[in-house]
Amino acid sequence: MKVDLRINGANRSADIEPRKTLLDALRENFLLNGTHAGCEHGVCGACTVLVDGEPVRSCLMFAVQADGYEITTIEGLAPAPGELSVIQDAFCETHGLQCGYCTPGMILSAHALLQHTVTPTREDIVEAISGNICRCTGYGQIIEAVQFAADRLRIANTPQPHHDGPHAHAEGKPVVEAK
Amino acid sequence: MKPAPFDYVRPDSLGEACRLLAGDEDARLIAGGQTLVPMLAMRLARPAKLIDILRLPELAGIREEAGAVIVGATTRQAQAERDPVIRASVPMLARVLPWVGHPPTRNRGTVGGSIANADPSAEIPLVAVTLGADIMLATTDGPTSMPADDFFIGPMLTTIGQGECVSAIRFPVWPHRRIGVGFFEISARRSDFAFVAAAAQVALDDEGRCIEVALGVGGVGDRPLRLDVSSLVGMELDATSVAEAVSAAAGELDATSDLHASAAYRRRVASVLCIRALEQARVDASVKSREGAR
Repeated sequence: MKVDLRINGANRSADIEPRKTLLDALRENFLLNGTHAGCEHGVCGACTVLVDGEPVRSCLMFAVQADGYEITTIEGLAPAPGELSVIQDAFCETHGLQCGYCTPGMILSAHALLQHTVTPTREDIVEAISGNICRCTGYGQIIEAVQFAADRLRIANTPQPHHDGPHAHAEGKPVVEAK
Repeated sequence: MKPAPFDYVRPDSLGEACRLLAGDEDARLIAGGQTLVPMLAMRLARPAKLIDILRLPELAGIREEAGAVIVGATTRQAQAERDPVIRASVPMLARVLPWVGHPPTRNRGTVGGSIANADPSAEIPLVAVTLGADIMLATTDGPTSMPADDFFIGPMLTTIGQGECVSAIRFPVWPHRRIGVGFFEISARRSDFAFVAAAAQVALDDEGRCIEVALGVGGVGDRPLRLDVSSLVGMELDATSVAEAVSAAAGELDATSDLHASAAYRRRVASVLCIRALEQARVDASVKSREGAR
């Protein structure tokens, strides 16, 4: 079947068998291998992508069902090639990954959370990543990463007073200070 | 972990979906797919045709009518969880939804899908049976409905016929001002299948006496069960009367025994969770204002 999808802001088309999951179509037809195939029956969360901004399991959705939605994969988060999003960077800073298999799913789940919750509690973060299994980290540093990313985003998005004059930056006074 | 081949159709109307379904006994409906797709991946199900009803406008939306809230079958569980009408008028449904799967499965999984799947430990069927909801069906002969208690007949078994589709669930809304809900479940991990779940809703008068009560258990037997605790109506819901009513209603439950929990364990835990759910519902109702709106 001909399928027209919108992936990371671009229109993509392919001839895809109905039985092919969105996961397999992303990896095989569109070469977006950042979406990981784990259990392939909806348990592990490695294949998480955003559909209209909300996390879903791409192994539990057929590609033929995915037309008309905005699909975002991990490749769609970084602002430019070679750069990292704030959340991706926070995972590096806090050692929020080891083998990296669950990481794209974790980051997309965290991204969706921080889109609508500016100041998440620890419980909010735990609930948001509850559908993503990690077998390396024990989750502690992942929770820390999401908290750290939330702090950075919140500070970056808070308007700063400019009473120090236009040269505040030049004098080495950080306008934006991370925790 | 790859499904066997199937044909995929997306009909434009509910009538067409029912006709397609009635005309092909190897066809299955798909909406959110959060239970069906794993079954396909493991090849425990091998339908020849999938009829996608997720985008049918007739199945969407949440609306209020006199004494009830009607939840369209394809309402996403995440959408129902956040819906202000459901929070205000069907608080028991809002209370249990965080226990249904995980955020990513609730973003795709539907309320009607959980009803049609009829897992004996599932929370949404438990709410439907406990509150005495009606399951509304679309058939090739037009719409019909039946009480939830008649709809569920066993594990993953319902009375739904060939060519019929769950179109909505009609949850009754109690007319009282001071309503409270309680819910507890025991499972191996948060959001895993419940070994036992108990849900309660009570309404109190201005003096704190019970004027209406509903209690149900899930996961204990082969389908969710509503328990008769009507002896509590007119009483103050103190610990002794609640324990006596629960003991009379839940003492002799038919319970299943499996790898995870014995029948005796399930029966014992069901009584404990019923008492806790009723107490939580009483506290929830008693903090509601005596004058103000719900």
